[in-house]
Formats: sequence, C-alpha cells, structure tokens
Amino acid sequence: ALAERTNLAGVRHILLVLSGKGGVGKSTISTELALALRSAGKRVGILDVDLCGPSIPRMLRVQDSAVHQCDSGWVPVFVGQDKAIALMSIGFLLERPDDAVVWRGPKKNALIKQFVTDVAWGDLDFLIVDTPPGTSDEHISTVEALRPYQLLGAILVTTPQ
Amino acid sequence: LAAQLSLSLTECPGTGSAQAGRAAACQGCPNQGLCAAGAAGPDPAEAAELRARLRAVRHTVLVLSGKGGVGKSTFSALLAHGLAADETKQVALLDIDICGPSIPKMMGLEGEQVHQSGSGWSPVYVEENLGVMSVGFLLSSPDDAVIWRGPKKNGLIKQFLRDVDWGEVDYLIVDTPPGTSDEHLSIVQYLSATHIDGAVIVTTPQEVSLQDVRKEINFCRKVKLPIIGVVENMSGFVCPKCKNESQIFPPTTGGAEKMCQNLNVSLLGKVPLDPQIGKSCDRGQSFLAEAPESPATLSYRNIIQRIQEYCEQHHFQEEKIM
Repeated sequence: ALAERTNLAGVRHILLVLSGKGGVGKSTISTELALALRSAGKRVGILDVDLCGPSIPRMLRVQDSAVHQCDSGWVPVFVGQDKAIALMSIGFLLERPDDAVVWRGPKKNALIKQFVTDVAWGDLDFLIVDTPPGTSDEHISTVEALRPYQLLGAILVTTPQ
Repeated sequence: LAAQLSLSLTECPGTGSAQAGRAAACQGCPNQGLCAAGAAGPDPAEAAELRARLRAVRHTVLVLSGKGGVGKSTFSALLAHGLAADETKQVALLDIDICGPSIPKMMGLEGEQVHQSGSGWSPVYVEENLGVMSVGFLLSSPDDAVIWRGPKKNGLIKQFLRDVDWGEVDYLIVDTPPGTSDEHLSIVQYLSATHIDGAVIVTTPQEVSLQDVRKEINFCRKVKLPIIGVVENMSGFVCPKCKNESQIFPPTTGGAEKMCQNLNVSLLGKVPLDPQIGKSCDRGQSFLAEAPESPATLSYRNIIQRIQEYCEQHHFQEEKIM
C-alpha cells in the first residue's frame, strides 16, 4: 500500500485516451499529446495498456529498450529528444517484437494492475494512458486501478465515418 | 536488473482445457488456482453439442487482424456478399466483436432483432442465402456499451455457436475484433468441434499495422490455425479527378508484400482506398454492388475467388484422405 501511494502520488493529472473503435489514431494522438506537453515544459509519462497491440514504443523509436527494476518497482523507459518522457508498455517486456501476447482477461488484468501500481513514475504533470479498442478487460481494469487517483478525464478519438 | 518476463508466446490453454492451470503459461495468472482445481478437461457434452450444431457447415473462414481499423468487418461483409452471389451457396456471417459489432450496420441490418424458434436462435437474413448473427442484434439501443470481461464474452460466443440455427451452410465467415485475446482463443477452441479451413488476415501497409499483424500470424501458428493469406487494405489511393496515385499509408517497411515474403504466407491481394467503400458500409450496402467498376471491387473479387479456391481445394483433399 505504501508503494502504491508512492508510485502515483507524484502524478498531477491522469488522462485516458479512449475510442471503442480501433485504428482511429489513439496511440498517435497519445504520442503527439505527450510530445506537445513536453515541448510546453510539462513533465509527462505515457502508460500503454494495449497489451495485444502495443504501438507506442515504435512511435517513439524505442522498440529495443528494456525495462529495469529499482527499489520502488519498475523504472519506465525514458523517451523523446531529451529523454524526459517516461513510458511503460508491454512492448518492452517481449523477448521478440513479433511475439503474440495471447492472454485471457485475468492475466491481462494482473499486468495492468502492476503497470499502475509498480511503475516508479516519479513526479509528473501528466500521465497519458493509451488504451486498446473496445470496452473490456483492459478498460475496466485500468479505470478500477486508477480510481483512487486524480483521474482528470478521458479524450475520445474517432474518425468521421 | 532487467525485468525478465517470459511473455513470448505464452498462451492461456483455455479455462476448459485439460491443461488449465497446469501449463507453463499459467504461472502467475490469477486464475491459476481456480483452473487447476476445476474440471479436468473440456466438457465432453458441450463439445458434442457444438459438433452437432456445426456438422452442417462445410467451410469456415476466420477474418483476423491484430490491428484495429484495417477493414476486417468491411472485408468479412464483402466476402459474405461475394460468396452469396452464387445463389446455390448458403452463407453465414458471424460477428464475434462483442464490444464493437460493425456487421449489422454494414449489412444494412441495424435495428433487427434475433428471434427464437424451436430449433434455436434464428440468424437475421440479408438474402435468402445470407444469414447474419451479431451481439448488435441483442442490444436494446445501438449505443449501448457492452462492458464485459473475458468470461462473459466467451459465454456469448459459445451461445452463438451452440444456439444459432444456421442450417446447412457452405461458408461460415467469422468476423473478429482486433487483438489476440479471449475472443480469438475461444473461437479457435469452440470451432475445434468442426474444422476451420483457415484464417484471412487483414492489414494496412504501414509498419504500425504490420507489427500487430505479425503477432497475429504468430498466434495462428501457435494455435495451428492455417493461414489462407493476407489482404492489404487501404493500399494506395487513386484520385477520381486527376487519376494520380498516392500512398495515404506509405509502406515504409515494404508493406504486406515484404511481410508475407519474410513470413512465408500468401498475399491474397491489395485493395486500394476508395471513399465509396466507407460510404457503402455506413449505408449498409454492398460496395461490390454499388461500385462494380471500381479497382477496389476488382481486387476484392480476385481475393474472394482465391479464398473460394483455397477452401474447395482443401475440402477436396480432405475428402480424398477420408
């Protein structure tokens, strides 16, 4: 419980990027939003909870990075030009980039909880949470795990059709 | 210390499988205890029920991706229309995207409901020889969100297979949501009661899509699902005014063609972007019928024919063996 409070305690605003529909640009918007906020001098983190199709590492050119552990949990990978955006994604935990993560709900839920409570985010102005399409396990678990914290709100992405 | 999570190809064996709770992949899963203590294997009565129900299905094709928004549902709908153009063939389209069911709208069936008869749930018929089933037909309003965890989704998928009275079917096409999770594991598991001809995998040309699609190809290999081939959608755009071709989603890493070469799978075809496709889908009309002269229609028709040939050849080989 102490670790939980420490790891997200320094995060001022948490934003969810949602859609329902796939392929509309959630990960793209999450990435651009993070970069823009960073440009504006904010401290930013991205949590990629798309476990089956994690796109953020490639978008930030860090597909080959690894995650390390510290006393308070997992250390996020620092990305961006000044290496100042903190990123956590299942993409970093795969042995090979083409490995399929073929998990049913309970196992996905367990990892999402770990991502929320065990990543040492430090002090952030914004934590952007990128999600997969749908309204299922990942979404329910993410919202449940983030409930005790300052959830600013959700941005919904769509295309015109 | 680098976090060493062995996630490669770790796969849930299925809560109903004999390996439930005991496979290597079960380590660390919160359900492990429940599964290991539970039923020793799949319910034989259930498997028999599914087998009986699906006995009259000749060919089954899964439409998969890994990536969202690449045109799985569009392709599934057009494949169904294309196959049903032969009035002697009975076609069934099953939509197992529980959270985002697109098929009812694309087939012009929004607002339709499922009726029950003595022999089970009736599919909704678009044509006499084209029946459709989707969770979309079970919602009281099209905007109702289905916010279900995996097990409940699996339950509905099983019902779709067990309780829908499809009758005699030449082609069962199954449209799936993006990913490699509950729905995908379940459909492969439940359909093992019948036989799946194979999967058609849909992508768009850019690397961000391909990287998810490679995972899907690995999923198919892992569960021993034959891959009929890959379809590359949104592959180029020809301006109707100046006829100039542009790559809206540039294939920065060689597109589906390169990926198929590298992974030794068949490229069934490339379909260009045609704004009429989206319009037809929104209006619930068959794009093939509305735009018969479009290069996209030609591509789709070629692809559909290749799929048909694959299925017929496969069946012929099976019969030879038997």
